[in-house]
Amino acid sequence: MSVLFVLLAGLTLGAAWAAVTLRNLVHAALCLIGSLAGLGLIYIQLDAEFLGLAQILVYVGAVAILIVFAVMLVRGTEPLVGRLSTSPWLGGAITVLLAALLLWAVSKSPRLRAPTPPAPTVTVKAIGQQLTRDYVVPLQGIGLLLTAATLGAALIALPRRGSNPPSTPP
Amino acid sequence: MNTLDQLPETLKDHVVGVFPAGLQPWISALLAIGALCAIFPALFALTTVLERKILGRIQNRPGPNRVGPAGFLQFAADGIKSLTKEDIVPRNADRLLHFLAPLVVVIPPLLAFSVLPIGRNLVALDLPETGLLFFFAVGASVEVGVFMAGWSGGNKYSLLGAMRALAQLISYELPLILSALTVVMLTGSLSLVAMVEKQSAVQVAGLHAWNLFTPWGVVGFLIFLTAAAAEANRSPFDLPEAESEIIAGYFTEYSGFKFALFFLGEYLGLFAVCGLGITLFLGGWLPPFTWLNWIPSWLWFFGKLGALIFFFIWLRGTLPRLRMDQLMQFAWTFLLPLTLINAFVAGLWHFTADWNVLFRWALSAGLLAAAYVALSRPFARAFPRRTYRFAP
Repeated sequence: MSVLFVLLAGLTLGAAWAAVTLRNLVHAALCLIGSLAGLGLIYIQLDAEFLGLAQILVYVGAVAILIVFAVMLVRGTEPLVGRLSTSPWLGGAITVLLAALLLWAVSKSPRLRAPTPPAPTVTVKAIGQQLTRDYVVPLQGIGLLLTAATLGAALIALPRRGSNPPSTPP
Repeated sequence: MNTLDQLPETLKDHVVGVFPAGLQPWISALLAIGALCAIFPALFALTTVLERKILGRIQNRPGPNRVGPAGFLQFAADGIKSLTKEDIVPRNADRLLHFLAPLVVVIPPLLAFSVLPIGRNLVALDLPETGLLFFFAVGASVEVGVFMAGWSGGNKYSLLGAMRALAQLISYELPLILSALTVVMLTGSLSLVAMVEKQSAVQVAGLHAWNLFTPWGVVGFLIFLTAAAAEANRSPFDLPEAESEIIAGYFTEYSGFKFALFFLGEYLGLFAVCGLGITLFLGGWLPPFTWLNWIPSWLWFFGKLGALIFFFIWLRGTLPRLRMDQLMQFAWTFLLPLTLINAFVAGLWHFTADWNVLFRWALSAGLLAAAYVALSRPFARAFPRRTYRFAP
């Protein structure tokens, strides 16, 4: 483990922890952005440049902005008062169980016992060919799903028939 | 010719050679970073003066002409003024975010300069697999800074400005990236260095094969320029900071040097996106003709950069500001479909490489012209030609 990895992992985990526990919604959203960006930096540190930069472009550039936009549009940004969780013990128990299950499943994986293969050199071209040849059906399926979601959002946003028309100057 | 062309590289090699071998990679990196952090802010200082002088010329007034020879030291006066001003932080402000926002706005454009090939062999960070992606990923972080600035001030006008800015940045990022995609398709690489090399092929009469000299290149470049103006908050897309409507938009609550940092970040963003446009469509550091090779390559890059900056200043002096709904309608109903059709035409251009040149040109240009006419019809109906009648 290099120093850089420890720093980046600390940034990612710390920001994720802060995103869950901070009481101010905007601070939480910004910490979530920090956590997502830290994950992208870890990908880059692991020599997966394309994946890391795509992660930053998509999550920091688009998804995070949608989140803060929703925060600005939908609700006030006064800090939350009162308890963060209705039943912290139940939540904690579920978290521990889930983590134990994941750890158990990972430790059972045959991949762990196989010798580490040499790091493959994946070019962007190879990723593109995989996406447009072997995985073209899943890719198009996701595209269809996203289009349907966009259409649904537009449908909800359309003014309803019979409701008050926007005020027109006399 | 060759010595002058490679002058920055040889200078750097000489300086690096002085240090012991263990330090050399670090010194080399530091020199590249230092040069980028010096040249582009210096260009910013020059541009602020030139912009005010050119706008003054357009509006028939002298512009700044008191400080230094012909007013050219005005930037120093402005810099000292902003350093000595009081740094006011509103009582309701979120102090930490208020402090961080100017930094988050300034650093990404400085990072983005590192992947731009400024001259032959002159690129600070050559990413052969992901150069263009790095540029856009870094550019996307500016949006976070804009939101932080607009929200942390605790001011309605700055929040409005931030919302306008985010809506605009998201809407125009799509045409920007998709118009750059056409070049990626034709180059077959995300490396900015490879894109310039691809354009260095020679056509008739020593003309370099700039991407601008193709039908999809012309349309792509115009779309790129439009989207770049919107991304850099330049007029006519300067709604996020419209002085006459919402004072200064997302940085209303900033004063002194923090205000100057926003100003700096905005101009650096403009330079970066102009530099990318030059690399993608205007042949990067290449001259238009091979017989102009005796002019150093980095001079070509900065010459083109200066021309584009002048173009944007000219635009600012000419066009009025758009309305928010016009801005959105233009992006989603005109620019985006045209960009997609342009990507299709670029693909067609790639697969018809062995056709008759004239027929290939006519087919591509005809398709694009038809798309332009069809897409602009709703605008012609919505904005009929105005006739003005003057009192006799």
